Amino acid sequence: MALAAAKQDALAARLGGLARHTGGWLGAAQADALARLTAMGLPTKRDEYWRYSDPSSLTAAVATPAAVFDAGDESPVFDVIDRLKIVFVDGVFDAALSDDLALAGVEIERLADAAGADIHWAQGLYGVLETRGQSPVQRPLAALNTAFATDGVLIRVTGKAAKPVGITYIHRDPTSDVMLHHCIKLEAGAELTLTENGPAAARFTKVLEVEIADGARFHHIRAQGRDHERRAATHIFARLGAEALFKSFTLTANGRLTRNECVIELVGDDSKAHVAGAAMGDGDFHHDDTVFITHQGQRCESRQVFKKVLKNGAVGVFQGKILVKQGAQKTDGYQISQSLLLDGDSQFLAKPELEIYADDVKCSHGSTSGAIDETALYYMRSRGVPLKAAQSLLVLAFLAEAIAEIEDEAIADDIRDRLEGWLARHEH
Amino acid sequence: MLEIKNLHVKLQEEDKVILRGVDLKIGAGEVHAIMGPNGSGKSTLSYVLSGRDGYEVTDGSATLDGQELLEMEPEARAAAGLFLAFQYPVEIPGVGNMTFLRTAVNAQRKARGEEEMSAGDFLKVVRAKAKTLKIDADMLKRPVNVGFSGGEKKRNEILQMAMLEPKMCILDETDSGLDVDAMKLVSEGVNALRDAGRSFLVITHYQRLLDHIKPDVVHIMAAGRIIRTGGPELALEVEQNGYADILAEVV
Repeated sequence: MALAAAKQDALAARLGGLARHTGGWLGAAQADALARLTAMGLPTKRDEYWRYSDPSSLTAAVATPAAVFDAGDESPVFDVIDRLKIVFVDGVFDAALSDDLALAGVEIERLADAAGADIHWAQGLYGVLETRGQSPVQRPLAALNTAFATDGVLIRVTGKAAKPVGITYIHRDPTSDVMLHHCIKLEAGAELTLTENGPAAARFTKVLEVEIADGARFHHIRAQGRDHERRAATHIFARLGAEALFKSFTLTANGRLTRNECVIELVGDDSKAHVAGAAMGDGDFHHDDTVFITHQGQRCESRQVFKKVLKNGAVGVFQGKILVKQGAQKTDGYQISQSLLLDGDSQFLAKPELEIYADDVKCSHGSTSGAIDETALYYMRSRGVPLKAAQSLLVLAFLAEAIAEIEDEAIADDIRDRLEGWLARHEH
Repeated sequence: MLEIKNLHVKLQEEDKVILRGVDLKIGAGEVHAIMGPNGSGKSTLSYVLSGRDGYEVTDGSATLDGQELLEMEPEARAAAGLFLAFQYPVEIPGVGNMTFLRTAVNAQRKARGEEEMSAGDFLKVVRAKAKTLKIDADMLKRPVNVGFSGGEKKRNEILQMAMLEPKMCILDETDSGLDVDAMKLVSEGVNALRDAGRSFLVITHYQRLLDHIKPDVVHIMAAGRIIRTGGPELALEVEQNGYADILAEVV
């Protein structure tokens, strides 16, 4: 069916200034993605999947400028972690700030460098998981990214990576509008930890596709950068083989609009996928976690743990779905989304969904929003802990279940320390 | 140490008067007990002194070493040396017991202009004190009071008291829910803290606790006032005859 005229116009306006890679395997993949996008059109608030988050600033022809946040003398997140650093400044790879892209057990290449080749391993991944993720729900912003990503990182992991790979996104230009696309392929038994940090741009559209073969393990920890005015639409598409592990944690503090989608397919048996998020929003903050986990293999476990602390009119959204296909017996699915509303102005909207076609499964979901526990506050104050410090402890306690999803203790501590610091300085 | 004069308190939300002129004076190093029937206002007195929301003081005063308590925030009262061992210690999921204790100790030190305790020193002191209360390392690591038994919660209150070293300790029905052995353990913990500079106000229903924590003075509270004051023998009288005789005398 042809798109409505308004949708066609909006799409044409958005695509106006964008250029695709031409030639090579990437040119072909991006042309395919453009065809997908053209058939779908861009999302609008009328789409069911965007009911709680208005995508207009993500689909507008021009990105709304965003001031660059001054973190003062605070060291960048993950600086204490020994990792291979890859730095993009406003979406442009910065060789001077980056390490050599060489690491035992890992092949790393920039998408822009690999684009011209006729054949490349990434062909089997780039846009492939994204395409699979377009059904049953359309994700046009992911197709947009696949069609127009300028750069990104291609990582193939053949063994246990000697250290984490860390991608840092620096935002300097208040008008930057960036699209990056990463592909990660973990061969059987391989293991990688990926960190991502920084705001990236005024508007950031990102796709991460991850293929996790049998017995491979992937850890992903992300801190989205604290620019108050930034906007981001990110997608993770992951597919797991048998006895594989996928763990992803995202920390979001500030940002006018953040939509983090995570689409996971548990294809093999006995695999585990955990997705977690901790968000702290103050004022003009809209944060949306949209998750779709498909259980196809048997005896797989999935966990979704999302916590949001909201105040001064901040808005949190959670759309989480667990789909258990026929035959996915002994599935263990868990989903919890909670918000701590620090005042009466803030809002949390949750849409948990379970769709189950197997008869021997265990799935649970829960969603709550509540105020801070006054009795606990009084108890702590009666022991001499000042009100603000007591509130901070309770906020951290609230977020703890999500942070506990990070396996690497040093990284988890770094996240905790930062949150403590921000809370102590009343930055939230 | 603690001086309460003509204290009148009502519930903030309702027109329900709970305390109707409490007068009480506790000297340094003294142990006072308050007994009284249910609903007489004993727990309210402890909450009002420690600064819990929801109560309105309509008249009277409460001072700790001359400092007016009722106008202070709860944390300032704690820093001034007041401690309430809760009847129902509060569970705080996600906050480690040790973290909480250390935060409290250092917050009080900071408020008093003293140097904060280093992590190493704190650990040493807390381990030693926990041991005498039979609190194991696991309990110190777990979230505050979460999954603790009734006895563990009360022992944890006493550990907090031992770490914070308050001047004025109020124990609100610390014996409730304790078996004989646990009561003995808790009492020993309290007795170990008794000294010339520290005072106690022990709120209880039963004489039994007072066999372990021997009071200097016993008060009987009823209908929001202290209606009789005497020595330890007063508690025995209550234990034998109940409150009926005492209440009848007053009326």
